[in-house]
Amino acid sequence: MISISGLLGQAFAILLALVLAPLLSGWVGQCRAWFQSRTAPPLLLPYYMLQKLFRKDVVLAHGASSLFRVAPFVIFGCMVLACAIIPSLSTDLPLAPAADALALVGVFGLARVFISLAAMDVGTSFGSLGGRREMLIGFLAEPALLMVIFTLAMTAQSTSVATIVETLAHRELVIYPSLAFAGIAFTFVSFAENARVPVDNPATHLELTMIHEAMILEYSGRHLALIEWAASLKLYAYSCLGLALFFPWGIAPGDNFLALVAAIPLLLLKLAIGGFLLAGIETVNAKMRIFRAPEFLGTAFMLAVLGLLVRLLLESKV
Amino acid sequence: MTSLLPIDILLIAACAWLAVGLLGLVAPRNTRFISKTLFPLGAAIGMVAGFVALDSLGGPAQTAVLVIGLPDLPFHLRLDNLSAVFVLLLGFVSVGISIFAAGYFRKGEGTAPGLLCLEYHVFLASMLMVLLADDAYAFMVAWETMALSSFFLVTTDHRHEEIRRAGFLYLLIAHVGAIAILLSFGVMTGGAGDYSFAGMRAQELSPFWASVAFLLALAGFGAKAGLVPLHVWLPEAHPAAPSPVSAMMSGVMLKTAIYGLLRVSFDLLHTTIWWWGVVALTVGLITALFGVLYSTVQNDMKRLLAYSSIENIGLIAVGIGLTLIFHAYRMEGLAALAMTAVLYHCLAHSAFKSLLFLCTGSVLHATKERSLGKLGGLIHRMPWVAWLALAGVIASAGLPPLSGFVSEWLLLQSFLFSPGLPHPWLNMVVPVAAALVVLVAALAGFAMVKFYAIIFLGQMREPGLKDAHDAGTWEKVGLAWLALITLLLGILPSTVISRIDAATRQLLGAGLGDKLHEQGWWMLAPISPERASYEPMIFLVTIAATLLLGRWLVRHLYHGRVRRTAAWDCGYYFQGPRAQDTAEGFSQPIRRIFEPMFRMERHFPTARDAQPYYSVKVEDHFWHWLYLPVANAVGRVSTLIVALQGGRIAVYLMYSFITLLVLLLVARP
Amino acid sequence: MNSAIPFSAQLINLFAAVILLLAFAMLAQRRVLALINLFALQGLTLCLATLVAAVTTGQSHLYYSAGLTLTLKVLVLPWILHRLVRKLNVKGEVEALINIPTTMLAGIVLVMIAFNVALPISELSHTITRGTLGIALAVVMLAFLMMITRQKAITQVVGFLSMENGLFLAATSATYGMPMVVELGIALDVLVGVIILGVFFFQIRDQFDSLDIHHMERLKDN
Repeated sequence: MISISGLLGQAFAILLALVLAPLLSGWVGQCRAWFQSRTAPPLLLPYYMLQKLFRKDVVLAHGASSLFRVAPFVIFGCMVLACAIIPSLSTDLPLAPAADALALVGVFGLARVFISLAAMDVGTSFGSLGGRREMLIGFLAEPALLMVIFTLAMTAQSTSVATIVETLAHRELVIYPSLAFAGIAFTFVSFAENARVPVDNPATHLELTMIHEAMILEYSGRHLALIEWAASLKLYAYSCLGLALFFPWGIAPGDNFLALVAAIPLLLLKLAIGGFLLAGIETVNAKMRIFRAPEFLGTAFMLAVLGLLVRLLLESKV
Repeated sequence: MTSLLPIDILLIAACAWLAVGLLGLVAPRNTRFISKTLFPLGAAIGMVAGFVALDSLGGPAQTAVLVIGLPDLPFHLRLDNLSAVFVLLLGFVSVGISIFAAGYFRKGEGTAPGLLCLEYHVFLASMLMVLLADDAYAFMVAWETMALSSFFLVTTDHRHEEIRRAGFLYLLIAHVGAIAILLSFGVMTGGAGDYSFAGMRAQELSPFWASVAFLLALAGFGAKAGLVPLHVWLPEAHPAAPSPVSAMMSGVMLKTAIYGLLRVSFDLLHTTIWWWGVVALTVGLITALFGVLYSTVQNDMKRLLAYSSIENIGLIAVGIGLTLIFHAYRMEGLAALAMTAVLYHCLAHSAFKSLLFLCTGSVLHATKERSLGKLGGLIHRMPWVAWLALAGVIASAGLPPLSGFVSEWLLLQSFLFSPGLPHPWLNMVVPVAAALVVLVAALAGFAMVKFYAIIFLGQMREPGLKDAHDAGTWEKVGLAWLALITLLLGILPSTVISRIDAATRQLLGAGLGDKLHEQGWWMLAPISPERASYEPMIFLVTIAATLLLGRWLVRHLYHGRVRRTAAWDCGYYFQGPRAQDTAEGFSQPIRRIFEPMFRMERHFPTARDAQPYYSVKVEDHFWHWLYLPVANAVGRVSTLIVALQGGRIAVYLMYSFITLLVLLLVARP
Repeated sequence: MNSAIPFSAQLINLFAAVILLLAFAMLAQRRVLALINLFALQGLTLCLATLVAAVTTGQSHLYYSAGLTLTLKVLVLPWILHRLVRKLNVKGEVEALINIPTTMLAGIVLVMIAFNVALPISELSHTITRGTLGIALAVVMLAFLMMITRQKAITQVVGFLSMENGLFLAATSATYGMPMVVELGIALDVLVGVIILGVFFFQIRDQFDSLDIHHMERLKDN
């Protein structure tokens, strides 16, 4: 049943996500700078950016429609919902039944459709290019992500993210080879979905190679702030999902206050390590051509399918 | 006086539709009377039919005998839960389409409005009779009436040659399908000669004959529904027909074929063999993938939607296949889950696809343009149509919180159980098929973004679009009604499923109904909330709350100032409408990645061209692999027969005489 | 349900899964040197799996075969292959006859076939590692696929060796290894085979100025 502590925990999880997400982006940026022997920007740079953007006037293109102005809020809402149902600290989330893992894919899909539509709204060359590429990455990534979810759902006998995490976190030490496959596939998909290096470059200045950046070229002021914030929330959501699914230790099982408090530093530590690794991988890889992306995501899909098959062969009762 | 039974009311509704249609003949040129009186009347009848069907769901089956038709061969009618679900669909969706049609049909070329009104309402009545028929005779009569009336509707603008060709192609394939259905019924009577459905249920067919009947039914109903390879009429007929007719055909008529397939495979045939499911699943997957890939590369907005209908029918067939597989292994609970997905997708698709087709109608009226390459930016001129179309687009892309996602979610949930199948190959291959279903859904998102963004967003590609006007009141009401259905189907899945559960229970003996309401009306948890749950209401409320709260907070803490200026676009100076993606450009990644799936004729510009241009024409492989060889073979056979044609009547009489002689000599007992 | 499987078996399952993963990675790899490294890694994983099996069952000959795998497949053969690549100056890219995504899809289908074919066989076996039989069969088939779809002679040799890895895994998982004599014989065969092939490579290159096996298609008519 929904308890007061559960509601508080839920509100806290959302707030934590809102606060931590820009920090995570800042941390990844800083690590990237270290890896590349540059002077690192301040850790809190994303916050300054958001503050600055919120203060600025919105400069709209003449051709921008009402959809263009609504889209940032919808995208932001989708990402908040995603962060609300992914267990970061505790699995006792009253909002969790609202969307299981399949619906979570749907949430990201909805945000993707809105950002692509918004990109094409003003009717500029780069905007439509970005929108088309984003949808391309989307339809390649979603099947792979679903196969990962299938593998996990079969292990936990549930598609509810909270139940999966609970099952995985509180089991006796059993090695699931299928999880290794699923984990690698999930990493591939997260790179593509979050516009990170092998697929897209978040720091690019070449318009023709952009995906995410090309879509938001026309945004400014509070709209841009919301989209940037939503992008960092997405990175946070994917990181938390990955951590919760493949390294679930330390997530509080229920409304246990002490466990919840203990989960916070652990989460910070895990995110810090994750961000560090992400920056490292981004540094040693080169961005690939857009038409290599199908191969990259095809590999992710194949790994996920292999995970599923291995699960059926090795881990089901013979 | 005995109270009227639902089936009686539905019969009256069918007669009323016919009467409304006939009234149209009274004043065939009086457009105002026909559009503002008769079509709304038809909509009201549809509303009645819908509510009657909704009310009768869960009740016992009712039968009626209609003494028309041949002597000693009356029409048997029956309203059970399966028919009721589809009558419900027909009734409620036709309300929106009829209201829209009230604003749509105007004076113009082609068929006179009065005749159109007759054809339209005969079409509606015949679909109702298809759903109510309880013997093969009544079914086939209604089925053929439906095919003929829709043929005349498709060829409304019969002065255009390509429209006539599309109509004939449709009629041809409809008849090939009808023959298969007739043969299937013939097999199911088992030689007993009793063509009533009750008689067919009583037959015990051997597995071989049952399989023959099933495959014939799959081919016959598949031809009507648009399953590959019998889909070719669909992308031709839908763009040719007026938009309300396309909406009706795509939204409702395709579902009558699904109804027929369900009726035959789960009601009339008792035995179910597992490989039937595999066949349906495979055909469905191919159809879905084919449909969605072709829909992404279309440049005509109605063709795009027609291919998208093929895709959705494919997904429904996948669901039917899964149901058959589970049913064959007596896993009735899971079969019920898959069946619910099938029925739900029928409902969802008929609402959102009609909505989208009607939107193209409004766009067509406002701009006289069907080609995506000449549209753009219409959200500025047609905000109503644009925002209502967005509901259809999101539902069609299978995204939460609208209706398309619910059925996709249910389908994927039932796929998740397929590893439990007691068959070593199926339990490995079927889960992977789920990935293809997701690929199809994601590609549908691509196609829908293309559809929406090219028509409604961006800069106007033609100067003439500045004069476009928003839809009229009747059209808006019709669109809003269908958008409302899409929304309700999206956010109230438990409520809807508990109503249509009666049909699942009738066909499979098991349903989802018991567990649904334990958790409250807002939660959809078909097995248990720990296993899987989805609460679209909470979903919608959370996003809406974040949206409003975020907006309020931003305005409160900062400001709401807006300035307008030219677009930035990285400072490029040429920002005309031609700098945007064209319809062809948008689908370039698909053409490139899935190149072997298409048959393309491309022209690339070279550096020396005085007037460089790029063009691409995508054709259907099936034309070249299947239809053209068949057509050529028919052509060759007929040139052979031409040799027999002397042209003199004496020669023809001699042929008949020789035939008679040979028959007399050979066919002796 | 998984608690029924002892920990060592889980470990072997994990290694088997990694071997399968590496087989796929080899199928997807475009560079010759990386391909050889992947092969060495596969050998190492196989060696570890054999070692775990040896520790668990206490069968001494498994230790020997693990050692044999280590020396031969992780050290000697990759070294020979590296040398060959350097000496022959093979270009970095592996040319595939069929494009890589299609090959991968074919690979997935092969894995399904292998798993289903192996299911009834593994039920006959009584070892703790019988579940990996399907994987072993899949590795053999994937190696076969690699030999079919690649053009360079050197990748074919790697495919051949990887197939041997799969057979070895099958033997370990189904019956805890083959008799020592057989194993030694195979090892020697493989070694000699690679050396002879190496000599062949030089001959081919001298003859055609290329290691592309396309040129060998014409041998028939001469």
